[in-house]
Amino acid sequence: MELPVKTSEFLKQTGEASAFAGRFFKEAFRPRYEIAEFTRQCFVIGYKSFPLIGLTGFIMGLVLTIQLRPSLIEYGVESQLPAMVGIAIVREIGPVITALIFAGKIGSSIGAELGSMKVTEQIDAMEVSGTNPFKYLVVTRVLAATLMLPVLVMLGDAISLFGSYLGVNIRGVTSFNLFYTQVFDVLAFGDVLPAFIKSFFFGFAVGIIGCYKGYYSAKGTEGVGQSANSAVVVSSIVIFIIDLVVVQITDLLNLN
Amino acid sequence: MREQTLIQAEKEKETGRDVMVVKHLFKSFGSNKVLNDFNLTLGNGENLVVLGKSGSGKSVLIKCIIGLLTPESGIIEVLGQQITDLDHDELDKVRAKIGFLFQSNALYDSMTVRQNLEFPLRRHWMQVTQQEVDQLVQEALEDVGLAHTINMMPAELSGGMRKRIALARTLILKPEIILYDEPTTGLDPITGKEIIQLIMTIQKKYRSSSVIISHDMNCVRLAADRIVVLIDGRCYAQGTYDELKRNGDPVIHQFFE
Ligand SMILES: Nc1ncnc2c1ncn2[C@@H]1O[C@H](COP(=O)(O)OP(=O)(O)OP(=O)(O)O)[C@@H](O)[C@H]1O
Ligand SMILES: [Mg+2]
Repeated sequence: MELPVKTSEFLKQTGEASAFAGRFFKEAFRPRYEIAEFTRQCFVIGYKSFPLIGLTGFIMGLVLTIQLRPSLIEYGVESQLPAMVGIAIVREIGPVITALIFAGKIGSSIGAELGSMKVTEQIDAMEVSGTNPFKYLVVTRVLAATLMLPVLVMLGDAISLFGSYLGVNIRGVTSFNLFYTQVFDVLAFGDVLPAFIKSFFFGFAVGIIGCYKGYYSAKGTEGVGQSANSAVVVSSIVIFIIDLVVVQITDLLNLN
Repeated sequence: MREQTLIQAEKEKETGRDVMVVKHLFKSFGSNKVLNDFNLTLGNGENLVVLGKSGSGKSVLIKCIIGLLTPESGIIEVLGQQITDLDHDELDKVRAKIGFLFQSNALYDSMTVRQNLEFPLRRHWMQVTQQEVDQLVQEALEDVGLAHTINMMPAELSGGMRKRIALARTLILKPEIILYDEPTTGLDPITGKEIIQLIMTIQKKYRSSSVIISHDMNCVRLAADRIVVLIDGRCYAQGTYDELKRNGDPVIHQFFE
């Protein structure tokens, strides 16, 4: 695992990646549209990472609830447990953890797939077969990642809250109805919307960085491994940076 | 004046017979001058072999021809079209008439053999029925003698089989010009010879012209109508196999040892 240490290298890569993202916007909205491949990628990217995200979301909700309980008891606000966990999951933990897992699973697989296609000349072969490989490979994957991550975040949040409901019930008794009423009572529009919007950005970041790393993969099998690896590292960092920026914006807009 | 128009007409007649003309081609990567004033013509129905040492720029040459790399300067005229002047759609139309066999085969390893062969068909001719596609795929696979592999993945095939599938994918559009990048490298001599014979048979069947890159002398002897020797980015010598073999120049002679 190596981040670009030298500043010049870092700046060069940032510039290249931005140009790559710019090219994405230029190519994405012009025909020909690769609908079939896009649909296939939505399936691969969305459906196939759902079990992992569901499982981690469930455990996270459960564990968070169990660990928060003693502190809340200390302050005498144990009844607020569902509300606390609900806010934490929906606003921050759900989107960020889901995005990080998404980066680990999807970012690396996109990086490795495009990287190996690059080094074995499959991308060139597509180009001479009347296909724009950027549209066919990059645009479809980035769009699928951008649209699928918010869906996964919502599903992940729901499963997480269910885990939390079970967690509440380990040491106490709360009906399913009461739990959800408590959660949704505290959740305001301003909690849900920014979280939802930022997950689009997370998805886009994972998609574009994975594609960028793969598309400019160095020759050889080592290069492919490196692209997959740095796709995960870089997109994880970018996810946190986006998170930081979004929280500042929502703060300024008084959405809190 | 009249003389000039005559010469012009003569020239046009000649280029009419040539399916490909490359003139004064320059291509470098940084300070590495790979192609340095390279010239080549390919006649209709001709098998031209480009001979050169590893790293001499053979792959770069045919990648320039098909438009995967852009040369710094020079003329590349394929089937009467100047490749470097074409926009993307026009380039695709020309590419549909050119077959390209990659040195590394470049089979799509997430797709089955059938999907690999269907890919260029569906992409280049957008109006084909499923029936036509099936028929063309079957025919292409029979040409290379691998009809039974249709539902296999490339990873399940041997190196020679992969080369044949790549060949089938190259030929499925019945190209007028075929560019082969080292079709026998990495194969044992017997399989290599089989591949060359296959290439020759198919060549006769579809009456295409081809540029074959190679440094495998068995392959060269069997396939070449004419040989161009690429050294230092230039067309160092050309002639038939026998002519070059008789050539006294030690630089050329070393290929025949
Ligand atoms: N994309 C590229 N970027 C930089 N240099 C390149 C690139 N492609 C090729 N080269 C350089 O161009 C030169 C010629 O490479 P090329 O692949 O054409 O060799 P070749 O004649 O096909 O050799 P071989 O027989 O080993 O395939 C090499 O020195 C190589 O380093
Ligand atoms: Mg080569």
